[in-house]
Amino acid sequence: MKSDAENILKGIGAAPGISISQAFLYKKELEEIVNDEISDVEDALQNLNVALEKSKKELRKIFSLAVDKLGDKRAAIFEAQIMILDDPILVKTIEDRIRNEKRAPEFIVHDEISKYTDLMNLSHETYMRERSHDIEDIKNRIVRNLKKKKWKSRITSDVVVVTTSVTPSDTVLFSRVNVKGYVTDFGGLTSHAAIVARSLNIPAVVGLHDASNRIKDGDLLIIDGYKGEVILNPTEKQLGDYQKKIARLQKLDIELVKLKELPASTTDGVEIQLMANLELIDEVEVVNQNGAKGIGLVRTEQLFEEYEAFPDEEEQYKAYTKIAERIYPNNVVIRTFDIGGDKVLPVDLKEPNPFLGWRGIRLLLDNPQLFKSQIRAVLRASTHKNVKLMLPMIASIIEIKKSKEIISQCKEELKKEGRAFDKHMSLGIMIEIPSAAVLIKDFAEEVDFVSIGTNDLIQYLLAVDRGNEIVSGIYQEFHPAVVRTLHHIITGGKNAGASVSLCGEMAADPFAVPLLIGLGLDTISVSASAIPLIKKIIRNLSYKELKSLAEECLQFKSEKEINTRLHQFYNNKEKDQIKNLY
Amino acid sequence: MIEVKTKIINNAGLHTRPAANIVKLASKYKCEFYLNKDGLHINGKSIIGVMTLAAEKGSEITLIFDGADEEAASKEILDYFNRGFDEL
Repeated sequence: MKSDAENILKGIGAAPGISISQAFLYKKELEEIVNDEISDVEDALQNLNVALEKSKKELRKIFSLAVDKLGDKRAAIFEAQIMILDDPILVKTIEDRIRNEKRAPEFIVHDEISKYTDLMNLSHETYMRERSHDIEDIKNRIVRNLKKKKWKSRITSDVVVVTTSVTPSDTVLFSRVNVKGYVTDFGGLTSHAAIVARSLNIPAVVGLHDASNRIKDGDLLIIDGYKGEVILNPTEKQLGDYQKKIARLQKLDIELVKLKELPASTTDGVEIQLMANLELIDEVEVVNQNGAKGIGLVRTEQLFEEYEAFPDEEEQYKAYTKIAERIYPNNVVIRTFDIGGDKVLPVDLKEPNPFLGWRGIRLLLDNPQLFKSQIRAVLRASTHKNVKLMLPMIASIIEIKKSKEIISQCKEELKKEGRAFDKHMSLGIMIEIPSAAVLIKDFAEEVDFVSIGTNDLIQYLLAVDRGNEIVSGIYQEFHPAVVRTLHHIITGGKNAGASVSLCGEMAADPFAVPLLIGLGLDTISVSASAIPLIKKIIRNLSYKELKSLAEECLQFKSEKEINTRLHQFYNNKEKDQIKNLY
Repeated sequence: MIEVKTKIINNAGLHTRPAANIVKLASKYKCEFYLNKDGLHINGKSIIGVMTLAAEKGSEITLIFDGADEEAASKEILDYFNRGFDEL
């Protein structure tokens, strides 16, 4: 008998949920370009004209949709694409070549536009090379329309999108059709597909390597965003199991909705503040719907990801104000840009080791104008006194002191300009570099709060790049060094009088939650969609028991012992239907 | 014919938005308009061409205008460059 495991593809669960749907293969492979000789030039020119018009019509639709969803600025690229279709020089050159060379229009279009993309790809600017994708996109659109192929994403039935990777323009289109899930070859938890899926509340499994090769259009898929698995053409038994799971989930969903207004308190009355991480402004509604106690982390670099130029103070001010107003009276923690050097300006900056390079606070302190524009925008958005500022990648106390100096300067300037802001706006730092964990006491005395960023902390502590498949297996969140470091940070931070929270994927792991609370955390921040389930788990636990569970885990010497103990604890505790989900 | 040298002064350089605006401005005039950067000669009425100019902050570009209304065209377009594409 064929074993069940053979048809299971393993990836990273990037957005929770389960769905059973047909696969919709979204392939961006090039149309075959045939260099045919043509006999009827007028007919060819007519075809070209029709294809150009059709492409324009498609793009206008995307453009107006993009303006709605992304705003004018991010939609600018689609407007430029429309202009390219109207480019008199380009169109005339293509027409002349069709007349003179008597070759198929698709070949001429491909050849002529490739001249430009080749030039752009030669550029040393990463920015220019990225722009060449936009031109390629246009080329492929015209060629596809010349071949009179249907625009695939018109399919509106409920499908799981299977693709290599998802770009912003893809997501604009997919947001219209009823997508049941995303499955991608590339990408991690912060990829575009993951972010969009989480904000739309649909499951996503990313980083599957060759899913788009193995899965065929119309294949039946079970996509399990909890486990990070995709089951290709499931057996009767697998289907039955998952149908039961979905039924249980739906029942659970109904229960979870009832929890919305209830606190995340343990059975012995210790309340945990459950906050949400935010990557898109529109997500604020989802945050509120899920009953979050505020926003524990705004990833500002994600918010402005598709901006071509860096957002100025006004643009940032508008965005932050919108979030602060919509989340009021709850709080929002805005983290300053955590980016690498290549993203600040269209400069060609290749670092051999970007994760150990010029990023986060290092880059901000080296670009005081950029840093100041962000601090000023956050301060100006703080008038309702519900905004906090957080600094990423702090490794040394001097970085905190320098930042505080710049913040004081910004406050002085704003005062002089007569602008309102919260004079006592809280300041916090991310603890994600081992040096900050070691020196937690000194650092915590300098600020109002600290937030543990487990994704980076684990990566730096264990020297494992979790994006590198060869070693990702030793990226272990239950490594004894991780557990003991968390304990050190939490007690050290609290003793110094700072409040301590945790944001990172670990907080959304149902097996990790009992440990984290047992270690003394009272605030955790997770993806909005994970909040109801985490709340339900917490409401089932006793703080006293969690304390001793954490004590026990601090004694273990191997990851395996801790992992086994946490699974055992969870399975004993969660006797209801949650247990059977995993 | 008018030939003027100018510099890109905004931080983000000649990216998509200014490229589109330059072409829009140039299209209002009858005269021919070319941009020359490091020997690359681009027709200024072609958006795809202007987008191809990898012109970052500090790049020097020669603008060439040729035709009846070259005076007015050069004035308006040079002014747009000097304003840092309104991104200063």
